[in-house]
Amino acid sequence: MVQLTIPQIEEKANAIRKDIISMLEHAGSGHSAGPLGMADIFAALYFNILNINPKEPEWAERDVFFLSNGHAVPVQYAAMAEAGFFEVEELQTLRQFGSRLQGHPEREKLPGLENTSGPLGSGLSQAAGYAYTLQYIDDVKHRFVYVMMGDGELNEGNIWEAAMFAGKNKLSQLVAFIDRNNIQIDGNTEDVMPLEDLKGKWEAFGWHVIEIDGHNIESVIDATSQARAITNRPTVIIAHTIPGKGVDFMEYDYKWHGMPPNAEQAKTALEKLRTLDGKITHEGAGV
Amino acid sequence: MTYPLDPALFSDAMKLDPTRAGFGRGLKAAGEANEAVVALCADLTESTQMHLFRDAFPKRFVEIGIAEQNLVTVASGMARAGKIPFTSSYAAFSPGRNWEQIRTTVTLNNQPVKIIGSHAGIYTGKDGATHQMLEDIALMRVLPNMVVVAPGDAIEAEKATKAIAENGKPSYLRLAREKTPVFSLEESPFELGKAYVLKEGTDVLLMGTGTMTYQMLLAAKILAEHGVDAEVVHVPTIKPLDEETILASAKKTGRVVTAEEAQIAGGFGSAVAELLTDTFPMPVKRLGVQDRFGESGDPKEIFEALGLTGEQIAEQVKTWIETTPRYHQE
Repeated sequence: MVQLTIPQIEEKANAIRKDIISMLEHAGSGHSAGPLGMADIFAALYFNILNINPKEPEWAERDVFFLSNGHAVPVQYAAMAEAGFFEVEELQTLRQFGSRLQGHPEREKLPGLENTSGPLGSGLSQAAGYAYTLQYIDDVKHRFVYVMMGDGELNEGNIWEAAMFAGKNKLSQLVAFIDRNNIQIDGNTEDVMPLEDLKGKWEAFGWHVIEIDGHNIESVIDATSQARAITNRPTVIIAHTIPGKGVDFMEYDYKWHGMPPNAEQAKTALEKLRTLDGKITHEGAGV
Repeated sequence: MTYPLDPALFSDAMKLDPTRAGFGRGLKAAGEANEAVVALCADLTESTQMHLFRDAFPKRFVEIGIAEQNLVTVASGMARAGKIPFTSSYAAFSPGRNWEQIRTTVTLNNQPVKIIGSHAGIYTGKDGATHQMLEDIALMRVLPNMVVVAPGDAIEAEKATKAIAENGKPSYLRLAREKTPVFSLEESPFELGKAYVLKEGTDVLLMGTGTMTYQMLLAAKILAEHGVDAEVVHVPTIKPLDEETILASAKKTGRVVTAEEAQIAGGFGSAVAELLTDTFPMPVKRLGVQDRFGESGDPKEIFEALGLTGEQIAEQVKTWIETTPRYHQE
């Protein structure tokens, strides 16, 4: 896999955001805030961190990425398309009848997906099962298993069953991300069902915890390097993100958790993303 | 071919063995035959007879603790890594507690995870209603991609375990706690998706799944003493149903009785009724647990309370066929 430089990855993150806005507007339903907030992490994963081959999704030597919060899949579809798993044009089929891009990800529909998810709380277990197999049964040390979780989904008991299991077994090839954007459908996570002390909770379960700015691509890459270097514990990266990041009228507003932009809102959002909120004056490729 | 029944059947020498013991032996054999077989348990390793596998292949055994949601989802991840995971617990907990995880990460995700529900049905006895899982057949049968097997005895449970290890599909295996009569022999046939005619007859078709097949054999024997010639078909695979065998016997006899130690709603009898409704509608009597929970007691006492002993079934069938005309094909 070609590893891009940080400025190149930032450009990919912007391309992913534009893809998300355009595909959600076209689909007329779906989640906006989470996927936009995770665009930088997914750009870092698919263009630097994951050892994968888009032309050979089942490559036996690959790193494995599980998406636990399946509703955030537009950001994964966009990252996969930008990375070359399929044509970017296919993103416009999101949520349409007959599309490989189901509203929530289905492994058998689209090569490159490692799991089927949507109902929350099960992705960490699946990643842990894969990591356990590598570490204890197949004795494969050079492959890593990554998983993305939402913060709201940490309400689910299944997550903490998996956290105990991974901690007990010191699954050091397991690297978990939490998209800590503080929103869930009914409001702020700390109002709906408080998660703090989040770092303390994971440490108590036997995990190495790293807290980062989830929009700083260098931090994302550094955190995963550190995680891979820790050989006696699983690592969780609490990535603080801004929901809706990159589109000012969506940022920080939980109402955009489960809502797509309409045509007018999408146009405004795309203009902002094209110019990086007015910071650049020349335009790249058309939308 | 005539299905070979154990000659000791109904005699004092009849063998008794729990189906879970057959599973334990089958899993160890499956592990010897295929290195990809792994086993996961939720703190019930001896009880579900997984200790035989654990002791033989400690590296391929995973202790999950009392966490059934994690049990099947970790297994789903191991299946993605190329393994054939067997997960075991009591049926009341798995698939009782973790049905959604099975639905999404096993069946929709289409991974060959094996759900072993031990202590299913009434043979769980003294533990009472909480642990007598009666809804598992219905819960597993409605899931696309899922294979559902209720072996008739310990010998068949061993064969069924080896078979689901190699079928490449999500599969559910229903097992009983207590010793039950062994009616089959090592040389008796077993194939996933096949039903077997154990006794030929013309007056009525008695079909059993799991341990109820023995009660149907006993009922047929009693009915014969009263001049009723019953055909007995054993249906270990509830999904997919062996439509061909079932339809052939049903057309021949013109009326059907099913028996299961589970809720009749959505279970084995429902599957048979659905098949016959769609093809050759005929009178069907479904025996099983009639929309109630179980209770503590010796299995025999509970079977009697529910009217599911061979003797009681014979009595009910005799009365039923007196008032129920058989279906005529022409």
